[in-house]
Amino acid sequence: MAEFSEKYIVTDEIKADEYLVNIGPQHPSTHGVLRLLTRLEGEIVHNVEPHIGYIHSGIEKMTEALSYPQIVHLTDRMDYLSAHMNNEAVCLCVENALQVEVPERVKYIRTIFDELQRLASHQLWWCASGMDLGALTAFFYGLRDREDILDIFEETCGARLTLNYSVPGGVMFDIHPNFQKSVKAFITKFRKKLPEYDKLLTDNIIFQNRTKGVGVLSKEDAIAFGVTGPTGRASGFSCDVRKHHPYSAYPYIKFDEKMGTDGDSFMRWKVRMDEMWESMNIIEQLIDNIPEGDFAVKMKGVIKLPEGEFYQRVESARGEFGVYIVSDGKKNPYRVKFRSPGFSNLFTINHIAKGWKIADLVAIMATFDLVIPDIDR
Amino acid sequence: MTNEQLIEQLTSANPDAVVKQGSQYPEITVAHDKLHAFMQNIKSDSSLAFDYLVCETGVDYPTFIQVVYHLESTAHRHFMVVKANTENRETATLDTVADIWPTAEFHECEIYDLLGIRFNNHPNLRRYFLDDTWGHPLRKDFHDDIHVVER
Repeated sequence: MAEFSEKYIVTDEIKADEYLVNIGPQHPSTHGVLRLLTRLEGEIVHNVEPHIGYIHSGIEKMTEALSYPQIVHLTDRMDYLSAHMNNEAVCLCVENALQVEVPERVKYIRTIFDELQRLASHQLWWCASGMDLGALTAFFYGLRDREDILDIFEETCGARLTLNYSVPGGVMFDIHPNFQKSVKAFITKFRKKLPEYDKLLTDNIIFQNRTKGVGVLSKEDAIAFGVTGPTGRASGFSCDVRKHHPYSAYPYIKFDEKMGTDGDSFMRWKVRMDEMWESMNIIEQLIDNIPEGDFAVKMKGVIKLPEGEFYQRVESARGEFGVYIVSDGKKNPYRVKFRSPGFSNLFTINHIAKGWKIADLVAIMATFDLVIPDIDR
Repeated sequence: MTNEQLIEQLTSANPDAVVKQGSQYPEITVAHDKLHAFMQNIKSDSSLAFDYLVCETGVDYPTFIQVVYHLESTAHRHFMVVKANTENRETATLDTVADIWPTAEFHECEIYDLLGIRFNNHPNLRRYFLDDTWGHPLRKDFHDDIHVVER
């Protein structure tokens, strides 16, 4: 059972029995190029200072020279596991600014893609965090099932990872004739596979000992640190953008916001597992009811936003993703800010990992589900 | 609270601030010397209770730099945008709000890195993305002859 040590004192000088260890930037458990400067006494973490910026690509600066349809293509390079949600956020922001109403068909298609993307992201999170904790088998199970979703994406839009399927005004092409059939086949198959995931890890006693009670984040801290997504909901912070500020087809459907109470690593795990079931329920409500109609409205060749400021929030697989566009009426934006969920979530690590052992820090990192390009932008 | 009620309450409580309805949310522009007191007030006031700082960012304008705060109340579910302008661009400074919302500490480091605004009383102001040889790239007068090709 993981033990919490009370005796940590944070001072600015490094004490004689403390030492500094760099975790990363090339460490597998940091899921990318993230460097954690940890101050340890023996195995006990006294302080964690995340250092980011190793893959900072200056996307916000680049957008100032690009037109709005071009910006959409940059957004899925940030959080590549929530590519479709990021694309959709920019499209919704542009559509709201221009007061364009997209066809009902587009709303349904976008929502189904959102949930498929969320499933794919959670599958990869499940298998990668299993690997972080030393369970290598999970990795093969997760990637095997994720492949089915990527095939569905490839069938319709030609891309597997960086989809670029949403464009301002609709989607780029209509769905493939096989789309509904493949999605339904996938759901039937995955409903049988998901209990295996629980058998392999969730019910595993070693796994439970590694995660239960480890790295508790209280609800007050979750709100104060702006922690959103499944991580925030595991602490009891009701922050689902799909529920509170519904967009696309979310107002038409019934679904639960999966919440936790404990805020520990196991609860973060549990909330994501529950979200996978909920995503399948959402898709099943929509897949047979996709209305007939156009898959896009005709937009002007050069899109110019009216002068003003626009903010659009969507629920990505990691939390609240926001796009803030300041427009001066030209075809390029004056300023674009992407509010990435990972950035706010990451910096909570120091707050909750203090006093835990270094192996627990890895468990906490795993259940935070960080994607580094999302943080670095 | 609806947007209209929110605007009404903010206008009566802050007669010298500019309150208007933006394209989506109420927007209030606060003087830079009153920012910290104002922020503390909107968080502790139980009818406003803006406890969740969604996003904090900066925008560079010709004569000043503007810091934009997107705030939400988790109890009342209303949303508001607060703006504060620095006095000038050369020595751009503003009070930190990291003691009110801990998440601001990290957003302010990012703003300092990319826009060069110094935050007074900030616990640990450091550059996140770039090293010291860089300027502040999100400023409009930033020129990088090596990496940026002007068309």
